[in-house]
Amino acid sequence: MSASALQLLWLVPALPLAGFVLNGALALWRPNAKAAVSTIGVGALVLAFAAATAAVAEFARLHQAAPLVFRYWEWMPVGDLRLDFALQFDQLSAVMALVVTGVGALIHLFSVGYMHEDAGYARYFAYLNLFVFFMLMLVLGASFPVMFVGWEGVGLCSYLLIGFWFTEQINADAGKKAFIVNRIGDSGFLIAMFLIFRATGALDFGPVFGRAQAVFPAAGTTITAVTLLLFLGCAGKSAQIPLYTWLPDAMQGPTPVSALIHAATMVTAGVYLVARCNVLFALSPLGSAAVAGVGALTALFAATIALKQWDIKRVLAYSTISQLGYMFLGVGTGAYAAGIFHLVTHAFFKALLFLGSGSVIQALHHAYHATHSHDDAQDMRNMGGLRRYLPWTATLMWIATLAIAGIPPLSGFFSKDAILGAAFALATAEPIWYVYWAMGVAAALLTAFYMTRLMLYTFHGPTRTGEQERQHLHEAPWVMTGPLLVLGLLSLSGGLLNLPELMGGGAFLHHWLEPVTALADRMRPAVELSRVVEWALLSGAVGVAALGIFGAVRLLKPEALLPARLAPPETGLGRLLWKKWYVDELYDAIIVRPLQWLAREVLWKSIDARLVDGLIVNGSATASRALGWLGSRLQTGEVGFYVVLFVVGVLLLVGGAVR
Amino acid sequence: MYAQSVLTALIAWPALAAGVVLGAPERWAKHLALAASFIEFAVSVPLWWVFQPAGGMQLQLDVPWIPNWGIHYAVGVDGISLFMILLTTFLVPLSILGSYNYITTRERAFYALMLVLTSGMIGVFVALDLFLFYVMWDVMLIPMYFIIGVWGGQNRLYAAIKFFIYTFFGSLLMLVAILTLVYLVAQRTGVYSFSYVNVMNNIGALGPVAFWLFGAFFLAFAIKVPMFPFHTWLPDAHVEAPTAGSVILAAVLLKMGTYGFLRFAVPFFPQVALHPAVQRAIVTLSLIGIVYGGLVAMVQPDFKKLIAYSSVAHLGFVVLGIWALTLQSVQGALMVMINHGISTGALFFLVGMLYERRHSRLIEAFGGLAKVVPLFAAVLTIVSLSSIGLPATNGFVGEFLVLLGAFRTYPVAAAVATTGVIVAAMYLLPALQRVIYNPLDQPENAHLADLSPRELAVLLPLVACIVWIGVYPTPFLRRMEPSAQRFIESVRPAAPAAAAR
Repeated sequence: MSASALQLLWLVPALPLAGFVLNGALALWRPNAKAAVSTIGVGALVLAFAAATAAVAEFARLHQAAPLVFRYWEWMPVGDLRLDFALQFDQLSAVMALVVTGVGALIHLFSVGYMHEDAGYARYFAYLNLFVFFMLMLVLGASFPVMFVGWEGVGLCSYLLIGFWFTEQINADAGKKAFIVNRIGDSGFLIAMFLIFRATGALDFGPVFGRAQAVFPAAGTTITAVTLLLFLGCAGKSAQIPLYTWLPDAMQGPTPVSALIHAATMVTAGVYLVARCNVLFALSPLGSAAVAGVGALTALFAATIALKQWDIKRVLAYSTISQLGYMFLGVGTGAYAAGIFHLVTHAFFKALLFLGSGSVIQALHHAYHATHSHDDAQDMRNMGGLRRYLPWTATLMWIATLAIAGIPPLSGFFSKDAILGAAFALATAEPIWYVYWAMGVAAALLTAFYMTRLMLYTFHGPTRTGEQERQHLHEAPWVMTGPLLVLGLLSLSGGLLNLPELMGGGAFLHHWLEPVTALADRMRPAVELSRVVEWALLSGAVGVAALGIFGAVRLLKPEALLPARLAPPETGLGRLLWKKWYVDELYDAIIVRPLQWLAREVLWKSIDARLVDGLIVNGSATASRALGWLGSRLQTGEVGFYVVLFVVGVLLLVGGAVR
Repeated sequence: MYAQSVLTALIAWPALAAGVVLGAPERWAKHLALAASFIEFAVSVPLWWVFQPAGGMQLQLDVPWIPNWGIHYAVGVDGISLFMILLTTFLVPLSILGSYNYITTRERAFYALMLVLTSGMIGVFVALDLFLFYVMWDVMLIPMYFIIGVWGGQNRLYAAIKFFIYTFFGSLLMLVAILTLVYLVAQRTGVYSFSYVNVMNNIGALGPVAFWLFGAFFLAFAIKVPMFPFHTWLPDAHVEAPTAGSVILAAVLLKMGTYGFLRFAVPFFPQVALHPAVQRAIVTLSLIGIVYGGLVAMVQPDFKKLIAYSSVAHLGFVVLGIWALTLQSVQGALMVMINHGISTGALFFLVGMLYERRHSRLIEAFGGLAKVVPLFAAVLTIVSLSSIGLPATNGFVGEFLVLLGAFRTYPVAAAVATTGVIVAAMYLLPALQRVIYNPLDQPENAHLADLSPRELAVLLPLVACIVWIGVYPTPFLRRMEPSAQRFIESVRPAAPAAAAR
């Protein structure tokens, strides 16, 4: 009786799956039944959130240290491979399930307003429900392969939703790119699974993590290979260097999709994976250092690009890549709770930023639509002064901006500081972390700057939207601003989840996650900093954030900005950043096009068509035909010719015998 | 009663029905053939339950056929052939139903040949006599030759002859090898017998000649699979064949090659097949198939050719799984054989349905179809995803098991093969995009009809299998496990490195 809510854990993913099936059927046969679609789509998420909350409450009451595993059916029982379709629930899955269903429900609700005019409304909700189902499989799966079902499943939904407006090739291309780049990462995930199975004979989390210490020599080659390959998967899914290039393009999808999939949930899957496999990463210092280093580098690198983007969503996309870098810096440092903490707060404020940008884009879009203008509704150069038209959105987005910049007492301040503090602490033992820490601080400065830039250009200064268009600008309906309000409150207060002990807080999330990370924490004890250093770091971080904001306010001149169609092209370093360091062009030149050329010109046209099929296959056919022709020529039917041949033959034979 | 006669009935019934179809009026032909093939399927279904997983070779029937030469009519089924039989009987009715609009000339002959082909295919999979096997091998070859050559596309004659010469060349080699083998065994036992069991039990150590005999069997089967570099007949045959021909060719005929490896080439000559040098060469060829097949598929303008090259890649996984010789990899190989039949079969149906509407197989002839034919687009998406091995579809189960198992024996090869999952996305997703997404820029496509009920009846059973096998493959795996285990044990002594797990 006591575990009744947990017995119903399967309902959490099953509800969105049912939503997908129903909405999918509606999309094919009754695409205009929008009321039913919204009810099913949002209802499935609200119920899933309720079920997840009940499960978490039940779980908290049990004071369970070990994960609870629920086995449903045998999936692939082959020889010594015992693989079940099983879910598991522990402190980490609890956090993830709440974020996914909670933020997911808010974004579903927002979508009701945002997508209401769209012809593909039912299809949209079907995909969105399917996404939540797979995301829940990802965070609730009890083994690597079940998690992989979710892992690739969310990639599929991302693909479908990026290319949601598929009749424009740029959208369809972006979806395809996301899928293929993710598959590169997934191949790493697969090979890591094979290595793990070869070494431990298991793929379920419990036995793998239980045996890891006995099977893998610490800092050995195998465990390092496992962690690096897993991290390749993370780099694909969570858009880290070198596989991040798909995420900015993913902004082609509807904006709520960017908020849910490409900011709040799916892209954090890699962080979840590292946190989930904390035992494995703790065994490999090199693997952990790679995670932290790539994370720090990505945080800084993506932030530089965000400085010069004009598309409001692209700024947020690079910001997401950068913030994901922070999370990897956290989990790579061994501060798993800090990484997850930032994952949660980021889900709040980044979802808010994306949804807020959605309100802005929709307002501009309506205005342009009303006046038949073809200006870009996402270019910040066409915005400005919008706080007068969208006061709620502006206020709430400022909250999120201060949160991401790290201004106390907003949520981002606490989570970012926890990561940077942990990195600095580890640096006292392993000096390379000083570099990571410094990159993190530099990225924090840039974050404060580019976010302030976004806000200034969007909401402040003169309105650069045309005269006629202005009359059509208005705040979004309540079904959209309502979710924004909730996310605003969460962005404000999210820090309460994990108030540091330094400030007299209880570090709730940290202690909540302790059962999950206990083993890793013992293997890799956290370095304690003195209170003075901690306070110094804190004040330094606040100073950096303030500097970034202040610098943006002083340096940027929204009043001097020209609308996009009048703006001069970028030059110098600005151009380099605007062009995203030309990384896409580089990949295209050294990987994509050479591979296409190899496949088309060498493998297909030369080897397959000319060599194998042409020379060998058809060549031997021609040769045998030639022989046949020769044979038929010999049969002339003239006796004299035969006699000549006969004589020649005899002479040759005799000649041979005589010699 | 059922146990003794079912396999024979499955061979005989389609051939008898073919006679009826030939004698009936032209307009009845397809309906009669459909009914006959459906009865065939219904007769085969109880095998699912009658079959005893632990029972080894079963439902056997062995009667003398040409006693003087030691030739028997001997048939039986084990966990390897069971699924090949079911796959065949499942797909033939769908292929016939899928041909209703496609085949408009000489219908009687076409459907009669489809039924004869069915007899041949079942015969190949159940034969336990080498002579019977050889006869059945050729019985299925001839109808397919005509199906391609008569009802095929513009270049059908070239394709049909190429298909025939290739396969027939292989089967002649195999005939010579069979005769030699029987002779050698007879010298040892004093009895001429084509019996599979007899040969298996008395084959002993053959010495150097084993290498040549293995080579002959291997070549015959490798052509059929097809493995690189014996694959160039396949794209031509697939492109030219009518839809039903392509479906059966891909789904069933290619599997005869890998089935031949499992049943004959490897168990007869394990010392050769698992000799490190031979092993290395074959594993390398399978890797080339996976990567090369995928990359060449990526640049094909013709959708059918793309699928044909993708088959080379998929079958590469099967060969890798067989030679890796672990329980996971061998069962994975069997699963890929089933899954490739379902998914690639479905892809050929779908491309055929496009062809019936637009008379083009070129990918660039389409675009934006999801707007016009959403149901078609949805099915094509699901099938494509299964073909690229998305988890929770059938495609994943097979490839995952092959790679997981192969990694235990050949870690490097398995890692290389894993890049095949990237390549798979690189060839199928762009094609999918250019067909159903992108602007609807060709006016001819603006008014295409969505799937008809008949077409749905063809596709939905396949989609159901895609989901079923992806989510709950256990009933399949349980039924094949003892046979896969036996296969590994029968050849294991010859494989020093490859311990079966």
